[in-house]
Amino acid sequence: MSKAPLCRPPRFAQRLLRWFCAPHRLDELEGDLDELFQDRIKSVGVHRARWRYLRDVLSLMQPQFIKREEKYHPKSTTITMIRNYVKIAFRNLLKNRAYSVINIGGLAIGMAVAMLIGLWVYDELSYNTHFTHYEHIAEVRHYGTVPSTGIIRGSEANPIPLATALKVRYGQNFKHILLGFWDGDYAVSMGEKKLTRRGKFIEGDVIDMLSLRMLKGSQTALNDPHSVILSQSTAKAIFGDEDPIARTLKIDNRMDVTVTGVYEDLPENTSFSHIEFFAPWALWVSSNTWVKNVENSWDNSSFSVLVQLADRTSLETANAALTDFYVKNVPKDMVEDAKKYKMVLYLYPMQQWHLYSEFKDGLPAPGRLTFVWLFGIVGGFVLLLACINFMNLSTARSEKRAKEVGIRKAIGSLRSQLINQFLSESFLVVFLAFIGALLLVSVSLSWFNELADKAIAFPWSNLYFWSISAAFLGLTGLLSGLYPAFYLSSFQPIKVLKGSFRLGNMAALPRKILVVVQFTVSVVLIIGVSMVYKQIIHAQNRPVGYNREGLLSIPTNDPNYKGREETIQRELMRTGMVVRTAFSSSPLTNVWNNMSGFNWKDKDPKTESDFSITHVSHDFGALAGWQFLAGRDFSRSFRSDSSAVILNETAAKYLNLKNRSRSAGAAGLPIGEFITMDDGKRKLQIIGVIRDMVMQSPFEPVKRGMYFLDPTYSDAARLNIRLNPQVSPQQALPQIEAVIKKIVPSALFKFSFVDQDFAAKFAAEQRIGKLALVFTILAILISCLGLFGLASFTAEQRTKEIGVRKVLGATVLNLWGLLSKDFVLLVLIAFLVASPIAWYFLNGWLQQYTYRTQLSWWVFALAGGSALVITLLTVSFQAIKAALVNPVKSLRSE
Amino acid sequence: MKGTYLGEFEEVVLLAVAIRDGDAYGAAVVNEIEQQMGRSVNLGAVHSALHRLQEKGLVKSEMGGISPERGGRRKRLYSVTAYGRRVLEEVRQLRNQMWDAIPRTAWS
Repeated sequence: MSKAPLCRPPRFAQRLLRWFCAPHRLDELEGDLDELFQDRIKSVGVHRARWRYLRDVLSLMQPQFIKREEKYHPKSTTITMIRNYVKIAFRNLLKNRAYSVINIGGLAIGMAVAMLIGLWVYDELSYNTHFTHYEHIAEVRHYGTVPSTGIIRGSEANPIPLATALKVRYGQNFKHILLGFWDGDYAVSMGEKKLTRRGKFIEGDVIDMLSLRMLKGSQTALNDPHSVILSQSTAKAIFGDEDPIARTLKIDNRMDVTVTGVYEDLPENTSFSHIEFFAPWALWVSSNTWVKNVENSWDNSSFSVLVQLADRTSLETANAALTDFYVKNVPKDMVEDAKKYKMVLYLYPMQQWHLYSEFKDGLPAPGRLTFVWLFGIVGGFVLLLACINFMNLSTARSEKRAKEVGIRKAIGSLRSQLINQFLSESFLVVFLAFIGALLLVSVSLSWFNELADKAIAFPWSNLYFWSISAAFLGLTGLLSGLYPAFYLSSFQPIKVLKGSFRLGNMAALPRKILVVVQFTVSVVLIIGVSMVYKQIIHAQNRPVGYNREGLLSIPTNDPNYKGREETIQRELMRTGMVVRTAFSSSPLTNVWNNMSGFNWKDKDPKTESDFSITHVSHDFGALAGWQFLAGRDFSRSFRSDSSAVILNETAAKYLNLKNRSRSAGAAGLPIGEFITMDDGKRKLQIIGVIRDMVMQSPFEPVKRGMYFLDPTYSDAARLNIRLNPQVSPQQALPQIEAVIKKIVPSALFKFSFVDQDFAAKFAAEQRIGKLALVFTILAILISCLGLFGLASFTAEQRTKEIGVRKVLGATVLNLWGLLSKDFVLLVLIAFLVASPIAWYFLNGWLQQYTYRTQLSWWVFALAGGSALVITLLTVSFQAIKAALVNPVKSLRSE
Repeated sequence: MKGTYLGEFEEVVLLAVAIRDGDAYGAAVVNEIEQQMGRSVNLGAVHSALHRLQEKGLVKSEMGGISPERGGRRKRLYSVTAYGRRVLEEVRQLRNQMWDAIPRTAWS
């Protein structure tokens, strides 16, 4: 008897059968199954019998057994009615093909735009959330108030002892405190193979902090000072399919490292996705003497400190402990300064890195978040436009369907049934539009990614996406279906059928208001896009103070360039491909150095003394095409030029020195004056003043800058080359490469064109411009679709009127004016509403640029004019078509 | 002409119903086929074949009495209709006719 429970058929199968099987067939089937089961226990054993039982149950899942007996489950009338609603809806759609295409197409485009923007917003908001310790990671920043001016300045660059102090005194608040250097491009070489890879030098616990998934190697892979870990794709690029572990590499041709790990590539929407290798901090210290020299110095703030909070510590607690960090920890001689500058140390959490990317008064402020809002609003508006179209077209058609409603009511249709019918029609349209939108999005996603610089994948398997879509479908279907549903179903059959039914002027009012809203949005978008482009063009046309054509910039970070600078320049000149060469400490499109502590005659002790500094070799001025306002360029014939300085115009004005020199041409410029360096001893004579060169942001004022002569190339970081205008870059580049390969064989030949680097500074603005342009075009398209539908509807409604007018002698022009007048009026009202709105927002947007264009009246005029032209074109097509119809045809019927 | 066509499995099931004259229900047909043909069949397959045969009018069914070995559950008893019998005979005749048409030399 102990075997008894096993002799039963599987419970699960029994339950399954009882669930799906119709009750009137169950008895018979269970009997068959039981009998077979008992037989099979005897013939093949319990185990197989149980299996066969399950198989039999599964094989019984057939319609004939599932179908319930009709007398107990009569066919529901609701189902029949819904089927009927859908059928009628389909017939209506097919009957008015043009309307249906406009309706569904417009709504699909609107939904697709909203979906793309939604995906973009989601991607922005989920930035960095890939990291497991997302909520606990922060960057150490500080800010202080300049006592003389009250300006608050912040920075993420810290001195090395700061990290040590954090570890010793505040260790209980943190799990990791990692010193590191800024990520940069390094030449990574294996034997002859050289690649440029972006890397970061940081302490080894970064693996745990960023929860890197190590495909090869352990969590402690970065603990050895000569180790390196590579991203999967970098490992593949360097080693192909070979095992990279324990292979040796050279970084920048001077640091020997052994590969100890490979980590899985980080997803695109993280702050560390562009980093392709991590190397240990200890290696950076040991291979850079300048770093070793400042290891105990609080003066040199050049390093990044990343922290991960301890599990139980909140950001607020940690921040509260850090407010008086400076006063407590800096060496005695600096405490006074720290107090004077009100230095505050704080943590900048990873959650804010992306969206709060700007700093106001030292603290993070919404930067990118503004764009997330902006595009979110635009997406919402485009969708709104599409919904408005839908509502407009449905109500406009109401008069045509009034008879249908009358007849339906007369033969006994309930109001609720009519409401259901209209609602199911709107849901059908919305659903078809949704499918269209899905198609549009999946087709255009790769193009959108390119435009928005993203790597968004379509979230086919994301439950959130589908539930949001479903909610949205329901909402749109209801919103756009409710008005026609309740309005149309309220008609009185007797009036409608007697023919005395007229919709008053009031019925068209909501429609008109909706058109005005639509065109207001469109006009605001047109003005906005025009202004974005105007601002970009304005900055692009800004005089930059040097000639960008044919300028090449080559980084010289390989140590073997040292001592060979003269040779390289000589050899390059000999190729004939080059008209001029010069070295500099920063590329022409950036300034990397800032120095302070300068002093000059009559300097107000309160004025700040920091300048941007560029070290240049001889000929740099000639290469860049410096335009001298006064004085002269550095020259080889003056030995004393090594202690000379050239200022830009802004700096010269800033010094506020009266010119007392005899030789300078322009008055008011401080030629011949002296500037004292921060050590108080070295003096630099001002020998020239040049027109401002736009080296940093083209939207910002040029920073006061100084150019020092660097005849020994000690600060050289870039080789600048002006190509011979007679030869093409395609010809010149191989020869330049050959020269560099010959003289510095270890170096990686990498170059960039200065004009391209400069153009890259507009990338963000251009991206916004392009995105805004696309959305505007779509918004206008949707509005026009709606207008087109409405116009064709009015024309159709007034067929008889037009016929009568024609018979009485109206010309086509008269009729065209008659039909277009209404719409033109609406667009004019929309323009009047849109202008102040656009002005308000654009004025705010332009305020963030120091070098900005004006809000000209003609941009508004242009936007209004183009909206008008577009409207007229759309409406005219229908108007002229209606006006050309032979009145005999339109008057003959009835 | 869909009605007269008889699939191979349908033919087997129809024959089994004829063999179990008067006591042909689902499980019995399964047992019959398994014994005769030595292959295992699913109850569902048999039932769907019976369903099709009934739709074509080759078998008819009625609910049978309660039997103790089935735990007091009723059976649905199938029997071959006259039309079913004719179809079976036709099939057999057709087979014989074709067998006779095979030339004797074909086998050697």
